[in-house]
Amino acid sequence: MAGGNGFDIDALVEPDRVHRACYADEEIFEREIRQIFHKSWIYVGHESQVPNAGDYATTVIGKQPVIMARHPDRSIHVLYNRCPHRGALLCNQRSGNTGAAFTCSYHSWQFKMDGKVRHIPIQSGYDNTRFSLDDPDSHMKPVARKEVYRGFVFASLAADGPDLKDWLGTAIAGIDDMCDRAPEGEVEVVPTCFRMIQKSNWKIFLENQLDAVHPSITHTSTGLAAQKVEQEMEAETGKPPPLSYHYISAFAMDLDKWGALDVVGHPHGHCVLQGYMGLRPSDPDTLEYEEVMRKHYGPERTEEILDVNIHHLLVYPCLSIQSPLQQLRAVRPLAANKTLTEIWHFRLKGAPEPIYRRALDYFYLVNSPSTMINADDLYNFWKCQVGLESEGGDWVSFHRNAGQDRVEDGVATSNIGFSELPMRNQFEAWRDYMAAEDGA
Amino acid sequence: MSEVSLETQRRVEQFLYRQAEILDERMWDDWLNLFTPEGHYWMPASPEQTEGEGQANIFYEDHYLMRVRIGRVNHPNAWSQYPPNRTGHVVSNVIVETEDAASGDIVVRSKFYVAEYRNDEQRFFAGKYRHDLVNSPDGYRIRLQRVDIVNAEGPFDYVLQYWI
Repeated sequence: MAGGNGFDIDALVEPDRVHRACYADEEIFEREIRQIFHKSWIYVGHESQVPNAGDYATTVIGKQPVIMARHPDRSIHVLYNRCPHRGALLCNQRSGNTGAAFTCSYHSWQFKMDGKVRHIPIQSGYDNTRFSLDDPDSHMKPVARKEVYRGFVFASLAADGPDLKDWLGTAIAGIDDMCDRAPEGEVEVVPTCFRMIQKSNWKIFLENQLDAVHPSITHTSTGLAAQKVEQEMEAETGKPPPLSYHYISAFAMDLDKWGALDVVGHPHGHCVLQGYMGLRPSDPDTLEYEEVMRKHYGPERTEEILDVNIHHLLVYPCLSIQSPLQQLRAVRPLAANKTLTEIWHFRLKGAPEPIYRRALDYFYLVNSPSTMINADDLYNFWKCQVGLESEGGDWVSFHRNAGQDRVEDGVATSNIGFSELPMRNQFEAWRDYMAAEDGA
Repeated sequence: MSEVSLETQRRVEQFLYRQAEILDERMWDDWLNLFTPEGHYWMPASPEQTEGEGQANIFYEDHYLMRVRIGRVNHPNAWSQYPPNRTGHVVSNVIVETEDAASGDIVVRSKFYVAEYRNDEQRFFAGKYRHDLVNSPDGYRIRLQRVDIVNAEGPFDYVLQYWI
């Protein structure tokens, strides 16, 4: 019996199939929160969400409400969103500027951006009591660990574990890819965050992100509709359709082409799907951008950067990143059958405006609440959830191309895009997290 | 607020009611004909937004994008259209903001309430419209329709498959 608590994790996860309870069982979900989301590194936000002193943004790590705050000394702090006096939430807005202090709306206790007490009213009342500012319990509690990599803020509620860079390992290339594509080497968040609720388990979403078989089936209606309008537009205007149409018409490309993509499984469940959209056209906007890139990086380094060919990077269990289009979806599980995604996009600092418009167009067409793409994904996810809650069968099959991956230095690669390698890789990490001793 | 004639008020109200009916009945060709060739349907992501171009929006669509959306909804493999949406719109509180004396072009504000039924679930949307209408002998056409739903910044429980 691995993992205790009555769960035999090894009986749930086999190398090529997993038990439906992994998606449907509320007790397993609670264990996922404790063993995965409260231990692993979790994406909190990007530091450009809080550019000025006193700025804050709120989110959750697992089931813990947290605040990301900017201190006047420029440092970023990630704090539990809880007043140490009587427990009230200190911020109940998603973002804002709180000036010099977080002030509790209940009894006006005040805290600095690093969570330390700034002022407590009626101080005389604490004379001759056990209350002391030397006691950490008197201050807002910081998360156990926090690291910022190229502006991306991650936190872990566990004191022990690999540091962020070791944990990201070779998958760090996806974050580097997004930042390196900026002439100034940095990205800046666009402050509109779309939040979408999926009526399905969080793992169904992550598995779908690197599933190269589904697009030409799930998204055939949108892909073909976009192809038709592309042709009509060219006939009516005499001009080639904008690249944005290709984002959605590409979903209807032949199944064979999807099969030719590489999929890569990194340690800790992180995965990569190779790019397919050919995002390096030779239109004037792209040429101008490449010229700006060469000025900043020189010709050789520019080629290296633009040759990176990633479509999707999964930072397991919390992020789906589309680096060449500067999109990011953070996963916030709410229940075994309910998941919130926080969806962001970024500007490449120093890149010309038309290059930003590409990110914006993708954000609109694929990631906005009016998406013609996720309309069908979310419906599939819900159908899967209903089926996995049924007793019509116990197993989920990940057999496709099982046992055929090349493994080198802990990194598994398949040049068969249809391989269910990403799903197997994610569950290998899942099993390790879930089988670990409680509290370890 | 400018004084408008009863005739203008009646014409513009009829136009808004007709648009609501076109959506509820999924009369897509009629929908496209409501807009001028350069017309846009715009749902901002926040009430503070002052323009749609170059911004993150919930909807910002010209004729071509609207045609993609219609093509998708009508495609036999649009899986999430089984079962299809059914909607009921109520449009009210119609206030003409401006009326150009020479052209008869109108800017009109109104409120809407929409029930959407799909797949055993009912959702409700409320908000305000602001129509920038071009006057022509064949009636009004939309240069820009701004749609502010009250929950623009909220989490979306499933997507909006087409316009509200």
